Amino acid sequence: MKKVFARPTSLKDTPFHYCAGCGHSITHRLICDAVDQLGIRGITIGVPPAGCAVLAYNYFDFDMLEAPHGRGCAVATGIKRTLPDRVVFSYQGDGDLAAIGTAETFHAANRGENITVIFINNAVYGMTGGQMAPTTLLGMTSTTSPPGRSAPLDGHPIRMSEILARLDGTAYIERCAVNSPQNILRAGRAIRKAFQYQMDGAGFTLIEVLSQCPTNWKMTAAESCRWVDEVMAKTFPVGVIKDIGKGEKHAD
Amino acid sequence: MQIKTVFAGFGGQGVLMMGYSLAHAAMNEGLHVTYLPSYGAEVRGGTANCTVAVSDEEIASPVASQPDFIVAMNGPSLMAFQTRIAPGGAFFLNSSIVEGRPNRADVTVFEIPAAGIASELGSPRVQNVVMMGAYVKATRLVSADTYLKSLKSILGGRKKAAMDVNRKAFSAGYDSID
Amino acid sequence: MDKILISGNWACGEAAIRAGCRFYAGYPITPQNELTEYMAEHMRQAENGTFIQAESEIAAVNMVLGASAAGARAMTSSSSPGISLKQEGISALAADELPAVIVNMMRGGPGLGNILPSQGDYYQATRGGGHGDYRTIVLAPASVQELADLTMEAFDLADAYRNPVMILGDGMTGQMMEPVVFGKPRPRRYSEKYVLKGCGAGKSRFVRGLILDALRMEEHNWKLVRKYNVIAQKEVRFETFRTDNAKLVIIAYGIAARIAKGAINRLRDSGYRVGLIRPITLWPFPAQILRDTAERIGNFLVFEMSTGQMLDDVKLALDGRARVSFYGRPGGVVPTPAELAKAIVQEYQR
Repeated sequence: MKKVFARPTSLKDTPFHYCAGCGHSITHRLICDAVDQLGIRGITIGVPPAGCAVLAYNYFDFDMLEAPHGRGCAVATGIKRTLPDRVVFSYQGDGDLAAIGTAETFHAANRGENITVIFINNAVYGMTGGQMAPTTLLGMTSTTSPPGRSAPLDGHPIRMSEILARLDGTAYIERCAVNSPQNILRAGRAIRKAFQYQMDGAGFTLIEVLSQCPTNWKMTAAESCRWVDEVMAKTFPVGVIKDIGKGEKHAD
Repeated sequence: MQIKTVFAGFGGQGVLMMGYSLAHAAMNEGLHVTYLPSYGAEVRGGTANCTVAVSDEEIASPVASQPDFIVAMNGPSLMAFQTRIAPGGAFFLNSSIVEGRPNRADVTVFEIPAAGIASELGSPRVQNVVMMGAYVKATRLVSADTYLKSLKSILGGRKKAAMDVNRKAFSAGYDSID
Repeated sequence: MDKILISGNWACGEAAIRAGCRFYAGYPITPQNELTEYMAEHMRQAENGTFIQAESEIAAVNMVLGASAAGARAMTSSSSPGISLKQEGISALAADELPAVIVNMMRGGPGLGNILPSQGDYYQATRGGGHGDYRTIVLAPASVQELADLTMEAFDLADAYRNPVMILGDGMTGQMMEPVVFGKPRPRRYSEKYVLKGCGAGKSRFVRGLILDALRMEEHNWKLVRKYNVIAQKEVRFETFRTDNAKLVIIAYGIAARIAKGAINRLRDSGYRVGLIRPITLWPFPAQILRDTAERIGNFLVFEMSTGQMLDDVKLALDGRARVSFYGRPGGVVPTPAELAKAIVQEYQR
């Protein structure tokens, strides 16, 4: 019988610690699929964040270097500049990337660092227990916005991908979701494409993943998948935000 | 022997270059030397100064609380440093520009119309080297020969003509005092 | 070997490149800008050299963390307020056991303070500075020549102990020019097994400081302590100056020690029997020489361009064995040898 589905070889045979329905584990798997398909396990170096994915190195079976909270893009820059022929990616949540690490993210993108960022947007600080994130939707409750996020008090959800797309150093930015089989397949293709761009020397690539967090959203897994489409994607529309075209080298 | 000199003047008068060239020459004479520029916000106001300590043994503090020599390229420099000079020290005044004279009776004053001499040479920019000619002659800290060799190596790849005018400026300053 | 007249900031940069440093990231701050500028020009000329002007001191030190893990000899530099920002990264480097050299050309503080030479960062440098149980090796040069020599050595120490090493200078050390002869760097000895470069066909590795299990985290802490104990045993450096037959010994480091030497020379000429112990490593602190000296001399004076920080280490080292007094000028004031001499005479006569 033909084998059509298996655990990627670059994904360790370890049960995920993530909550049921969480988008992290799906995204981990998609990254490993892409690494396997491109045959780059031996030259890939990942940079996990602080947050729920802080233990990502328990799952990814390739080299990993932990970054302090928010500094993924700076750490990845240091690795990539030292080892330009490796595939280097940082894996960051919304607080990590768009709050405490905004400067590092923005400037790495602006320098056109030839790295890839996997940006997990679940509109909430997950690991610390459901506080308001820079991407928390207006009106959405969290432990630090109990009456719901209020624009005059808390500001607006940040569309980081759209902001970064305006920078000349960015090559490819796409917002995906992992809430349906179709979206998962699409996200997998986007991650693979981003790695391929990096291997082609295109510049900064970022894949934003709308990632359900049923625990902190206080929903069932199924509800959270629907919520991504029905609510979250209204503020964060999925699709390609920037694509300079494959193989087009970033200007020196 | 430990001699500390403060060079002071307007930005653009080549004050730091005076100190640097002396430090270079002292090094080439095998002496211990520390060159300390003023820096940061202090130099943004259009004035500049630096301190050069020259010694035949290890230099303790690079700071000159009581400089032995003060080279004042403009009036404010004289005002700023005249109270600090060591008893028995010497002032070198750019007398074409500095109108006042030190209020100290216990110091020697050399008046060198450096800006004027430099203008006569057709190159106002070399007033600092004119001054160094007089300074080197009076202080004997370094030989004229070592100083000129050091100056040449600092100017490096620049045109020969530049070195020629500097040499002339140095000689004019050297001959301007007894 | 050619002797050249060079500023401390430039000499530090040149020594680093000669020592094989191939990654530098920094952010402008006075009084160390010349070091960043030197690297901007010369690191880019060095083979496989990388210079990045980072968006912040925090980014710079984290870039160094990445480069160090990837196998480069890496360095960042700043001055006091910027070093405060780097503490997150220094703590991470220590936790991850990664080598790196961090240069602090201290200025007056706290807060933005000023840009003048000061020694107010002693606590920060020698107590780790960031969070958690860790130590950095701290080297305190007193001349431009020593700054160049210690910069080269800092890379060797960082590699040998896989630990961040800090060069603790000050505005004056960075700005002043003195003749320097650059020494010959030793070939790098750093095992490839520590370099994270992609696992190839082999087993993957991760470098991290996060250890959620308390007992394993505790063991990591004790492991670091065992390493620090070796450093404390093997890497203490200090200089003694005219301590023979002294009745009073001054303890001072860096530029303050130079001023102290000036004061001592004056006082010796007037018949005062005073000497100096100059710690070159601030951590590990040269406690033993202080204790040994206290067997024959009962009067110590600590002199710092701060309100008294190394003073604590001197007291801890002597533990009541001798009388300890203090003279300090914080805030960017550089006292003269004459001024210090006056303070010494007061204590001398007690």
